Amino acid sequence: MSTPTARRTSASLLQSQQRRQRELITPEGLALPVTIAGRGARMGALLLDLLILFLSALALFLLLLGLGIGLLGDNFEQTNSMAVELVGVAMLILLWFSRYGYFLYFELGPRGATPGKRAMGIRVAARPAAGGANGASGGRLTAEAVIARNLLRDIEVFLPVTYLLGMLFGGAQADGVMGWAAFVWLMVFLCFPLFNKDRLRGGDLIAGTWVVEAPRVKLAQVMPATSKVQREDYRFGDAELSIYGEHELKVLESVLRQNNPEAMREVTQAICRKIGWTGGGGHERAFLEAFYAALRAHLERGMRFGKRKADKHS
Amino acid sequence: MALNLFTPRTIDPPAAIEAATLRSDRFRLERETDWQRLELIVEALEKNRTRRISDEDLLELPVLYRKAASSLAVARETSLDAATLAYLESLVRRAWFQVYGPRTGLFAWLRSFLGGGWSASVRDLWLDICIALAVMVAGTVVGWLLVAGDQDWYYRLVGESAAGRAPGASKAELAASLEPTDSAEGLTFFAASLFSNNSGVCILAFALGFCFGVPTLLLLVYNMTMLGAMLWLFNDAGLTWEFAAWLSVHGTTELFAILLSGAAGLHIGRAMAFPGARSIMSAAAASGRRSAQVMAGCVIMLVIAGLLEGYARQLVPSAEGRATIGGVMLVGWLAYFILTPRPRAADGDAGAAR
Repeated sequence: MSTPTARRTSASLLQSQQRRQRELITPEGLALPVTIAGRGARMGALLLDLLILFLSALALFLLLLGLGIGLLGDNFEQTNSMAVELVGVAMLILLWFSRYGYFLYFELGPRGATPGKRAMGIRVAARPAAGGANGASGGRLTAEAVIARNLLRDIEVFLPVTYLLGMLFGGAQADGVMGWAAFVWLMVFLCFPLFNKDRLRGGDLIAGTWVVEAPRVKLAQVMPATSKVQREDYRFGDAELSIYGEHELKVLESVLRQNNPEAMREVTQAICRKIGWTGGGGHERAFLEAFYAALRAHLERGMRFGKRKADKHS
Repeated sequence: MALNLFTPRTIDPPAAIEAATLRSDRFRLERETDWQRLELIVEALEKNRTRRISDEDLLELPVLYRKAASSLAVARETSLDAATLAYLESLVRRAWFQVYGPRTGLFAWLRSFLGGGWSASVRDLWLDICIALAVMVAGTVVGWLLVAGDQDWYYRLVGESAAGRAPGASKAELAASLEPTDSAEGLTFFAASLFSNNSGVCILAFALGFCFGVPTLLLLVYNMTMLGAMLWLFNDAGLTWEFAAWLSVHGTTELFAILLSGAAGLHIGRAMAFPGARSIMSAAAASGRRSAQVMAGCVIMLVIAGLLEGYARQLVPSAEGRATIGGVMLVGWLAYFILTPRPRAADGDAGAAR
């Protein structure tokens, strides 16, 4: 179906996906699977957010510049400098707070994600273990937690980065030791998510949060789309149906949903080989749907009696 | 997706239930309308369009959520339809985030924060504040004593570039360094102070709480020795009152902020060093959330300190006037922190976090 290398990379992808699987127990006692967001997605989200902040600050600055020029057009030079200065102070305060405001507003919102995180399909959530003593409210994201994780971001990234940039471009205080200290500091915090299995940032650790994937899945069509009558042409015996397990059923379902004739032909041949049928060409989809329905009915019947078959090897 | 951005989506009736052969498909078709109704509500909630949700739907939300959750539990044991399972998992997770999501938005939080939440968490940190205050006083004394013993220490502690303030400078020179500069460039002062040493010290003091609080204490000591050294210098020239007044304009606010952030860092460090019955991770998380409230307030204090340093100090030349402003600020902060009542725990979250 695919080249060996592609299969290997997809296997390692699956493995990393499995390593990021966690379980989250709702207050109803239901275990919900969550996937920890990958490091790349988080990095991308941060860069995207910074870009948005930078661009909006730039737009605001240009707007004020336009207004400033309007003010300068008048002849009141004295009051002018005062007004411009006031605007400058207001700008500084606004910039100083906008960084916090942006992250806090969006992460406290109903999606729990900044626009950058949303674009990456991830969100902030409370880490269940961090609930600790107060198990009852464990799992609810609180305002304090969001604030803590965002304040720490300042220390982890913004502070050393501004310091390093200032050193690179300012050049005035070319203090080697302090520069290296800032660099090491930055690296320690940037590498922090690499060294724990939950991909926690320093801020996540302190705040008791983590970042998880938040996929939105649409309800797909009921699978055996063909009617009963069409499928009655094929009859499978118990021996034929007990070869495959749940994993193969899942693969078969995805093949049917993708509806790729090439793949369906290959799968049909593989199944026919396995169950000892000699299939006539041209009716792959009908055959596969019939087989899928029969196999699922067979396996689900087993489930109801407490018998599960994970895959063909078990 | 793009098509139904503006038009409210309607729920398609499921195909004939009888037509489905598989029991698990019948299970799905029977419940699918409820799921889709829940999905529509959750979607509106996520988009913050609460007004679009009818009262009926809102009342039904917990019921629909529990129905979907129980459907998921049943489907896991009876159905092998991977697509439906994936859909249900995603739906229940999304609904769970909405039903058990944060209850306060930014502005509601800000209101309760300024109206008592901040003061309450500052009061919760009283022990750490006492420790940090003791350390800061000790640092000042150490700085004083060091410079009094050997003037070379001044250069080591303060550095040489401190605007003509150095041992051996005449009284007039020192007094001149406290005068407002001619061009009252409030903006540059404000900007400089905002991004100055002190905000860095504040944030660092908090951040270094990580390492069991020890670096926080060292940082506080180091910074206060600097103050002690300068204090000695001006005292030596007989300018103690003028210097104290000059410093107090923004210093009462700024040093208070440094004190609070040091205490916040110490609080995390103490919780990690002595977690008690909790795990270190959960102790760190609990103390981190409390300290974060205090730190968010420190950010505000720093901005105010910057404004005071940039404007009030430049506009008020007399020592009395400066001392009054500084004193009023100090009394104001103390009154605010001590007298503001704890906000009523609206949803029990604040109480549970404690």
